[in-house]
Amino acid sequence: MKIGVLKEIKDNEKRVAVTPGVISKIKKLGYEIFLEHNLGIQANFYNEQYVESGAEICSKEEIYKCDLLLKINKPTHDEINKLSNNQTLISFFTPALNPELLKLCKKDNINIMSMDSVPRISRAQKMDALSSMANVAGSRAVIEAAHCFGRFFGGQITAAGKIHPAKILIIGAGVAGLSAIGTASSLGAVVRAFDTRPEVKEQVESLGAQFLTVSIDEDGSSKDGYAKVMSKEFINAEMKLFKEQAEDVDVIITTALIPGKEAPKLITRDMVELMKPGSVIVDLASQQGGNCELCQQDQIVNHGGVKIIGFTDLPSRLPSQSSELYANNLFHILDELTPDKNGEIMINMNDDVIRGMTIVRNGEITYPPPKVEVSAASKSKVEKKVIQKPSIEKKSSIIPGILTLSLLFLVGAFAPASFMNHFTVFVLSCFIGYMVIWNVTASLHTPLMSVTNAVSSIIIIGAITQISTTDALSLILSGLAIFIASINIFGGFAVTKRMLGMFKK
Amino acid sequence: MNLELLNLESVRALYIVSAVLFILTLGGLSNQKSSMQGNMYGIVAMSIAIFATVFGPQVSSNYGLLILLLLLGGSIGLMLSKKVQMTEMPELVAILHSRVGLAAVLVGIVNFINPIQEYFGIEKTIHSIEVYLGIFIGMVTFSGSIIAFGKLSGKISGNPLALPAKHYLNLIMLLIVIYYGNEFVSASDINNATTSLTVMLIISFIFGVHLVAAIGGADMPVVVSMLNSYSGWAASATGFMLSNDLLIVVGALVGSSGAILSYIMCKAMNRSFISVIAGGFGTESSVVSSDIKEQGEVQAIEIEEFKTMISLSKKIAIIPGYGMAVAQAQFVVSEIISILNKKDIKVLFVIHPVAGRMPGHMNVLLAEAQIPYDIVFEMDEVNDDFDNIDLSIVIGANDIVNPSALEDPNSPIAGMPVIECWKGGHTVVMKRGMSTGYAGVENPLFFKDNTRMLFGDAKESLSQLLTLNN
Repeated sequence: MKIGVLKEIKDNEKRVAVTPGVISKIKKLGYEIFLEHNLGIQANFYNEQYVESGAEICSKEEIYKCDLLLKINKPTHDEINKLSNNQTLISFFTPALNPELLKLCKKDNINIMSMDSVPRISRAQKMDALSSMANVAGSRAVIEAAHCFGRFFGGQITAAGKIHPAKILIIGAGVAGLSAIGTASSLGAVVRAFDTRPEVKEQVESLGAQFLTVSIDEDGSSKDGYAKVMSKEFINAEMKLFKEQAEDVDVIITTALIPGKEAPKLITRDMVELMKPGSVIVDLASQQGGNCELCQQDQIVNHGGVKIIGFTDLPSRLPSQSSELYANNLFHILDELTPDKNGEIMINMNDDVIRGMTIVRNGEITYPPPKVEVSAASKSKVEKKVIQKPSIEKKSSIIPGILTLSLLFLVGAFAPASFMNHFTVFVLSCFIGYMVIWNVTASLHTPLMSVTNAVSSIIIIGAITQISTTDALSLILSGLAIFIASINIFGGFAVTKRMLGMFKK
Repeated sequence: MNLELLNLESVRALYIVSAVLFILTLGGLSNQKSSMQGNMYGIVAMSIAIFATVFGPQVSSNYGLLILLLLLGGSIGLMLSKKVQMTEMPELVAILHSRVGLAAVLVGIVNFINPIQEYFGIEKTIHSIEVYLGIFIGMVTFSGSIIAFGKLSGKISGNPLALPAKHYLNLIMLLIVIYYGNEFVSASDINNATTSLTVMLIISFIFGVHLVAAIGGADMPVVVSMLNSYSGWAASATGFMLSNDLLIVVGALVGSSGAILSYIMCKAMNRSFISVIAGGFGTESSVVSSDIKEQGEVQAIEIEEFKTMISLSKKIAIIPGYGMAVAQAQFVVSEIISILNKKDIKVLFVIHPVAGRMPGHMNVLLAEAQIPYDIVFEMDEVNDDFDNIDLSIVIGANDIVNPSALEDPNSPIAGMPVIECWKGGHTVVMKRGMSTGYAGVENPLFFKDNTRMLFGDAKESLSQLLTLNN
């Protein structure tokens, strides 16, 4: 099967869908690859490199004849019009925001797979280009801020005086936010971060930032792995926090996005006016309207000395890196699509990842896909709960309980008192055993077994009570019982002691 | 000579002390620090119990013989405990079980031919049931443990014995035992009772043998825990028979301990206790595994490349299986760890509950190789954390790292919790060849992109690593 790589035609787009590095890997899947002259020149990938790794260079017309087309940005009307006859296109699409474009694809048995519709499940991480791009954007946002900020980020003590480190607030600790935190703290800045989802606290702190919270307790995690819209009280508390922070910090980077909705307005005009002159705001949500009230798409606004950066092309500003990551994501998708490695794609609609991505199948719109409910964080929480209380799970059914109870009652009703005394002791001991044993750590299960062997040789007591007899057979048998039980007692305790002695910290 | 120093009340009091100490013994095993103390409690408890019994009113003669047997048995026990290799622990435990079972049988028979007390009416019936049940459980424990010992030590083939209609065979044997139980209880004279008891002894012996013989190698952890449980119940039944509360208490403790261990083991294999006891994997599942779609290619790796992978990693997880014990590779692993620690590479061990041939077996082997227990983790502690692990090294394990347990609902091991090492950076599997594990299931882990196979003897490969890392 032939794969064609389309040149990006969007203004200022420097990225490219495929890099020389992945060409050889794609070829191993059995495909032939065709690309345009000077495809990757702006991302510093040259024709010779592509040819060397096995791609063929041809004209634009020929590329459109390939069975599978790859690109980055969502296709233009023109590009969609050129698709025909079972062709498949893989690129970003954002079907939720581009319903018109999606309708155009209802034709000629074509297939469209949207890179931004990869479900957020752990298996699909290697294919998630949104995350890759967010990673680049987050890092670049800090660099853009540093570029506009008139000072160092890191603190220093010099002969000429002390330099305070810059204080940076990062709102939203998703992939972009975390990447920004990492970059900012490695530049030496004091980093604070805020997110509505409490479970990201650990990740934020592991990157060296302080995690800010509001006093209202509300969990912003949702089942699809993104944040959800919060309650009014929470938003008020959150705005108060931002206002306090705005007075203090030098740089704010906002990354708050809610899928398919306009970005929430988190930084208002009066907050911007509270900031010190020379401060910088980088708004990563500017494509969806911006988190900052004053943000303007693709521009730097100067509001009373505070610069508000609204670039939407941050990934393209690191073209080589972004292209490489995107190309790798693409390769992993191709790998999934080619289970037989025979150079033929197979769109398996039973596969959650492929199903999620496929927004047009054989000329029919298959968006939105049925919901895949997987948020890594909430899932692991549930699992942990189960592990902590294995006993509860065991007792989940009430029927065995009732049965046991009625059985006990029956025994009590018919058995003589002497038996019931022993039986009570027995039942209580079983319970004690049950409670005690659950506390035994799994690593000591072998010593537990050897010590219980020594312990259950308490049966020797029975044999001892029978030894004072004159009957020869009884004497021999109980003597033998004492003998073997004492092997167990001494052997069991000694071997347990030996084993336990080996466990060292 | 009569040494009745204690009256019945003092003996009872000492028994209570002993019972409490036995509970503390098991409680002590909740962590490594208190475990030694726990073992001491056990020794003290046992000494008190024996002391109280010997000098109590129930023993009035034959003191010399008693002490002699105690010392003789004791010294043999001590000698065995010094000699045993840690890899042989499962066999040792199995043979210990068999002795408890045998002792229960002997005590039961003595009680039958020479009862301490006469019973009448319903008390007699109950006592007869107690005797019968005690001997039955003891016998099954005894013969089952002998077979378990044979299997674990390799004296008997580890493959499950599959007799035709084996479930019916078990059922028939149980019915015979119940029938003769009824005969035994209602027997009018001692001869009839003896006949019933003899038949039961033979049948229950065969029953125990068949029960364990039908279970395969990797299900042994369940069997060993089950026999552990039985040995406890046997002691408890003996306690009922002799109206001895100490025996009842201690037997019940051990019985529930073994039952919980069996439950944990079954849970770790996602199988019901019944299905384990009813027979091993591979009987009905072999058909399913054969038509699994083609898996792709495995990527082999050479020792040099492996070395580079190790030195590029910051955090390494080692997943040992029974194969490591067989190759006796744990000592080499321990040496490698000390080298890695010097290089500031963090190493941790991940243990699956059913790795090895008995519960906790791997932990003991690692402890023997002086691997500190605070870097040895349970599966559940690490499974969510594989994102942070750069390299997983699988040594002699297969089914416990098989992703098809989670991904393929048709797999015979579907639903079994496994160590999800494929979620980490890379996995290197050290293996002799491409054979399947105990469950006879293909392992898709070997075909994953981030998996490399290092073929050959684990111990040899690891030794080479040792020289390279220096």
